[in-house]
Amino acid sequence: MSMRLVHIASNTFREAVRDRVLYNLIAFALLMSGAAILVGQISIDIERLVVINLGLTAVSLFGLVIAIFIGIGLVSKEIDRRTLYTVLSRPTRRWEFIVGKFLGLAGTLVVNTVFMAIGVFAALLYVSHHFQKADGWLLVALYFIILQFLIITALALLFSSFSSPLLSAVFAFALFVIGCFAEDLRGFASMTQGVTRWVATGAAYLVPNFSALNVISSVAHEQPVSGQLIFYNTAYALIYAAMALCGAVLVFEHRNLK
Amino acid sequence: MAAIEILGLEKTYTVGFWRKKPTHALRPLHLKVEEGEIFGFLGPNGAGKTTTLKLLMGLVFPTAGSARILGMEVNDPRMKAQIGFLPEQPYFYDYLTARELLEYYGQLSGVASKDRSRKVNEVLQRVGLPDAAGTQLRKFSKGMLQRVGIAQAILHDPKVVFFDEPMSGLDPMGRREVRDLMEQLKHEGKTVFFSTHILSDAEALCDRVAIIHQGELRGIGAVADLTSSVHGKVELVWQGSSVPGSLKALGAECHVTGDTVRAVISEARQNAALEALRREGLRLISLTPVRMSLEDYFVQQLKPSEAAVEVTS
Repeated sequence: MSMRLVHIASNTFREAVRDRVLYNLIAFALLMSGAAILVGQISIDIERLVVINLGLTAVSLFGLVIAIFIGIGLVSKEIDRRTLYTVLSRPTRRWEFIVGKFLGLAGTLVVNTVFMAIGVFAALLYVSHHFQKADGWLLVALYFIILQFLIITALALLFSSFSSPLLSAVFAFALFVIGCFAEDLRGFASMTQGVTRWVATGAAYLVPNFSALNVISSVAHEQPVSGQLIFYNTAYALIYAAMALCGAVLVFEHRNLK
Repeated sequence: MAAIEILGLEKTYTVGFWRKKPTHALRPLHLKVEEGEIFGFLGPNGAGKTTTLKLLMGLVFPTAGSARILGMEVNDPRMKAQIGFLPEQPYFYDYLTARELLEYYGQLSGVASKDRSRKVNEVLQRVGLPDAAGTQLRKFSKGMLQRVGIAQAILHDPKVVFFDEPMSGLDPMGRREVRDLMEQLKHEGKTVFFSTHILSDAEALCDRVAIIHQGELRGIGAVADLTSSVHGKVELVWQGSSVPGSLKALGAECHVTGDTVRAVISEARQNAALEALRREGLRLISLTPVRMSLEDYFVQQLKPSEAAVEVTS
C-alpha cells in the first residue's frame, strides 16, 4: 500500500477527531444510559429487546449522519479552501487522495462505532445485569452497520466529487432511505411487466441494499445470523463501496480544480 | 535542459447555461525558463498567471499544448518530488500546528523519516517561525500563513520553486525577507518562478520576466534589456534654483528641488540646452538618458494598441 495513502488517511482521521466529531459519543453514551434506566422502569420483560433495538438503531443513525456530513465535505472543502493545491502539487496521485480520504473517514467511523457499541453494551448490562451468549450476535449487527457506513461514505465521496455539498448530502441521504427499502423495491419489480419490470429491476439492483445489512431486529430477538449472510453481505458491501469509490476516482481524475 | 518548458499551453473554459460560450483563460503560451533563473511572471489581476501555474501543477488540464518541468511531464510524480509550490493566498489545515503540517507535507513529498524533523526545524527557522512551531494554524496571521506556505514549498529541497504572489499579505520587513530568501534559493542553484503584480519586487529580483495580459504573452526578456530602451529624452541636473528662460523655450520639463534643478528635454535639443546652461554660467551636475522603467514597459505592453507580442529574447 502506498505510504502516501496512509498519511492522507491518518490526516483525515486527525481532522475528524479535532473537529470534535467523536465528542458526540459522550452525548450518545449519556443518552443510552438515560434510555436504559427509563426503559428499565417502564417496560416489563422486554427491556433487553428495547435497549438493543434503540441502541443499535442510534449507532446506525449517528454514524450515518457523520458519514454523510463529513463524507460530502472531504473533497469539496479541500477544493474550496484550496488545501488540495499543496497536496496535489506533490507526488500524490489523485486516486491516492480519494482513497486515502475514504480510509481516513472509514477509520473514524469504525472508532466511533466501537465507542458507541461500548455504550450499548453498558446499557444492556445495566438492564440485564449480565451478558448472554446470544448477545454475541450484536457484534455481527454492529459489523453490518460498519459495512453500511463504508457504502454510504463511498457514495458521499462519489457525489461530492461532482456536486455541491448540499446536493451531495441530499443524494446520499435519499439513497440511504431508498436502500433501506431495497427488498421492497425488488418485490415490486417482480410484480411488474415489460419495460417497467426492466426499469424497476435495474433500479432495485442499482441502489445499495441496506435492508439486507440490517439485522438489528433479528439479533434483538436472539436469532442467529448465518455465516453465509455474513459472507455475502461482506462481499456485497466491499464491492459496492469499491465501485462507488472507482466512480469518485474516475470523476476526480478529470476534474479541473478552479 | 530548460527547467520549465511551456509549449503552446492553452486553457479555455466554457461558460453560460449551455456551456457554449468560450472564455480564453490562457491563449497559446510558449515559454522557456532556464535552470538557476529567477523568473518573474507579471500581469494584472485576472491576466492568467494563476491559471498558468495551475496548469503547470496539474491542478487544471490544458485545452491544448503541453509543458515539461525538468524534462518531465507535469503529471509525472518523479517531477513533482522535485518542485515546490506556494499557491496564492494559501490556506492550510488549520487544525494542525505548523510543525504537524510540515511533517505531513514532508511525508507526502517522500522526505525520509530520519531527516524529516531536522528539515522541519531548519525550514521553520529559515522563514522566521521557530517559536510558532507548536501553534495551531487557525491562530496564525495572514503573514504567518504566507511564511508557512513558503516553508512547505521549500521543505523537501526542490530544484524548481513556484510562488504565486509570494509577497501577498506580508509587511515591508516580511517582503524583504522573502526577497532575500528567493535570492538565497538562486544562490543554491534552484530555479524560482514567481508570479506577481508588484513590479518593484520583480525589478529587484528577476533575471528575466514575462508579461501576460488577458491570457496572452505580451513581452518577455531580461529586465535589463526591457528597461534599456530610451524614450529619446535626456535628463539634465544642475546646481541652482532658477530655470533660464531659454531652456523653458526649448520645452524642458523642469523641477526645482532645494538648490538643484532637474530638466527633461528631447535628445535632439540636448546641445542647445547645454549651450543655454553654459551661457547662464550654471554648473552642470549630470546628463543622463531617460530610461524606461519596468513599470513603463509593463504599462506599454498592456495597451491594447500594442498587443503584438514583442519577444526580445
